[in-house]
Amino acid sequence: MSRGVAITGMGIISSIGNSVEENFNALIQSKPGITVIENITTVHKNVIKVGEIKKTNGQLAAELGLAADNNYSRTAMLGAIAAKQAVNNAGITDINEFNTGLISATSVGGMDMTERFFYDYAESDEHRRYILSHDAGDVAHKIADQLGLKGLVTTISTACSSAANAIMLGARLIKNGKLDRVIVGGTDALSKFTINGFKTLMILSDTYNTPFDNDRKGLNLGEAAAFLVLESDAVVKQQNKKVLAYLSGYGNANDAYHQTASSENGDGAFLSMEKAFKISGLAPSDIDYINAHGTATPNNDLSEGRAIIRAFGNNVPEFSSTKPFTGHTLAAAAAIEAVYSVLALQNGVVYPNLNFKTPMEEFDIVPQTELKEKEINHVLSNSFGFGGNCSTLLFSKS
Amino acid sequence: MKKCYINGTGCVSSQKTINTAFLQDIIVNENENVLELSVPDYKEVIPPAAARRMAKGVKNGIVASHWAMKEAGVHNLDAIITGTGMGCCIDSEKFLKALIDNKEEFLTPTSFIQSTHNTVGGQIALGLECKAYNFTYVNGAVSFESSLIDAKMQLDEEEAATILVGGVEENAEATTNFLQLTGIIKPKEQSSYSVLDSDTTGAVFSEGAVFFVLEDDKKETTYAELNDVTIYNTLEKEEVEAKLESFLKGNGLSVNDIDAVVLGYNGDTLYDGYYTILADGVLKNTQQLYYKHLSGEFNTASAFGLWVASHVVKLQEAPEVLSVNDVKAAGYKNILLYNQYRGKDHSFTLVSQC
Repeated sequence: MSRGVAITGMGIISSIGNSVEENFNALIQSKPGITVIENITTVHKNVIKVGEIKKTNGQLAAELGLAADNNYSRTAMLGAIAAKQAVNNAGITDINEFNTGLISATSVGGMDMTERFFYDYAESDEHRRYILSHDAGDVAHKIADQLGLKGLVTTISTACSSAANAIMLGARLIKNGKLDRVIVGGTDALSKFTINGFKTLMILSDTYNTPFDNDRKGLNLGEAAAFLVLESDAVVKQQNKKVLAYLSGYGNANDAYHQTASSENGDGAFLSMEKAFKISGLAPSDIDYINAHGTATPNNDLSEGRAIIRAFGNNVPEFSSTKPFTGHTLAAAAAIEAVYSVLALQNGVVYPNLNFKTPMEEFDIVPQTELKEKEINHVLSNSFGFGGNCSTLLFSKS
Repeated sequence: MKKCYINGTGCVSSQKTINTAFLQDIIVNENENVLELSVPDYKEVIPPAAARRMAKGVKNGIVASHWAMKEAGVHNLDAIITGTGMGCCIDSEKFLKALIDNKEEFLTPTSFIQSTHNTVGGQIALGLECKAYNFTYVNGAVSFESSLIDAKMQLDEEEAATILVGGVEENAEATTNFLQLTGIIKPKEQSSYSVLDSDTTGAVFSEGAVFFVLEDDKKETTYAELNDVTIYNTLEKEEVEAKLESFLKGNGLSVNDIDAVVLGYNGDTLYDGYYTILADGVLKNTQQLYYKHLSGEFNTASAFGLWVASHVVKLQEAPEVLSVNDVKAAGYKNILLYNQYRGKDHSFTLVSQC
């Protein structure tokens, strides 16, 4: 049995920190990043809370050293910052030394700029440069430019499971020998578009999100970016690389039930977990911690909980959702949670599922609510999206 | 390692490409800067009540995938993989306009739900009750090729035996206007818009949906073998020839083994040089074909290119309307496709007779 694909670098920016270290400290100190929105003017300002990165676009651009007339969307800037961190963390100095790819993920792409200048474009040419940064692929191109990467660059958009699928594709490209090294992850900025979209679906909480709680009222949206560096065994060996953890399994399945809602018994979620076990050769009993999708919508947590019970039977390991810390960061969610999963393996911790009070009446599993230290060898991470898209990743200790 | 065969195709485009013989009813329109879709008969495939709720791209994707699956005679899929550079623009615009016009009040979720990039793949799965692997690639002009790479890898590794893969784009009013403002779509008053004789920048745009059934077994309906696909985010013109040769070499071939090359010329004088550098250079003595004068340009137009190449291999015939040069191959064993978009998102695709 192979150990999987080596993870040799990580980078992250989220509402709980601008680096891997800051994110980890917030997680173990139970410091959430859910606040009132500041960077976007919206009529919903007083009725929603979000996981917002407290940096303006100007500050992000300055951090990247971008010219004043740049046409980077916020999504691209967040992605570039996280990807650069990951590459540095992996000790990569020459990005094109090996056959290196980039697989990004986003749901909104450059929508944050399009919604600002939508009517303005016809009136004046001042902001027209952003027209070309609307599409999702532009984000990946910008990140590749920032890294100086030339090669296989692509983007996946399957709503809230996007980054899991980007990580999965990257691992398969390494296993298949098509790439020696790949930077994988996702990025999404908050936008009025998504805020209002989720608002119309009536799944936004008016307070702090409470995953797996009987009285859960919905999700908090968030923004974030995270990228991981995956490298082939040959590169790891040749460069004597430190391996942070292994991506040991992955699976994607479709719920084929409804465009936005999950099936009652979590068919898609169950199938994606089952596939991930099969690929890894691991059994449910090997899993020490589940980083759940746990968005705190009534529908997700019920469906996911049932799927977990189907997959694990009476031996559900400690599980928690980290969404009370970061909010639901959509296409970036699986990438930031991949970083958290690796940190859980490295540090032997189960993160607390904040804000939980009352067990759900439909089943008797309850999330871990306090930080718990224990030996962790394998972590399972779920991510589910619109269109019935269900993905599971398995991470194992190096 | 298993092989990858193109066993069924379905094409909705600005040409009549459903229920007709290959390029039998084509019209070369050089008078419009945005080519209108040749609307297929949706009723044949989608119940009218359901169709009313669907945007154009979703309907076209369902129709194209239906015909591809019907031709290949398959009902069960091991994966559905969709490429779409711009995604579901019509619903995105609808929701965004309502949001701005009504100052974030009185919104309904339908267009938001349908604006998600994976709506087409999700709706195909929903219609087929298909719980299999379902990915959507959204990286400009390699959205479709990314899907092909993924599909081929699964067939090679025997993780899947039957895969539906396609590319879909839809034109939406504001996006089209924006692309005209930037000059990416040629201005309205400039006809004639000949692709090969162009002396202006920008391209003539259109939309469409092209789906393929890829399988690990050859059968009666097989068009061609899909040998290899590779993509590059960016290349200098001077690098293209070397990349092409290394791509061919990786497949045990040289330029002399290529019977015809399908080039993505779109009439943009700023970037068509990527094609001419090959056409006047290393591929000078190779039969050269083009197709965007028929399909128009869009992020997944290269799927129309593969649809053309698949037919040329299967029928062993390249209609004159596709010709760029006067070279004629004796037969079509190996066909190479090269596409790029504004100097980015380059792809090489190789298909062969089997």
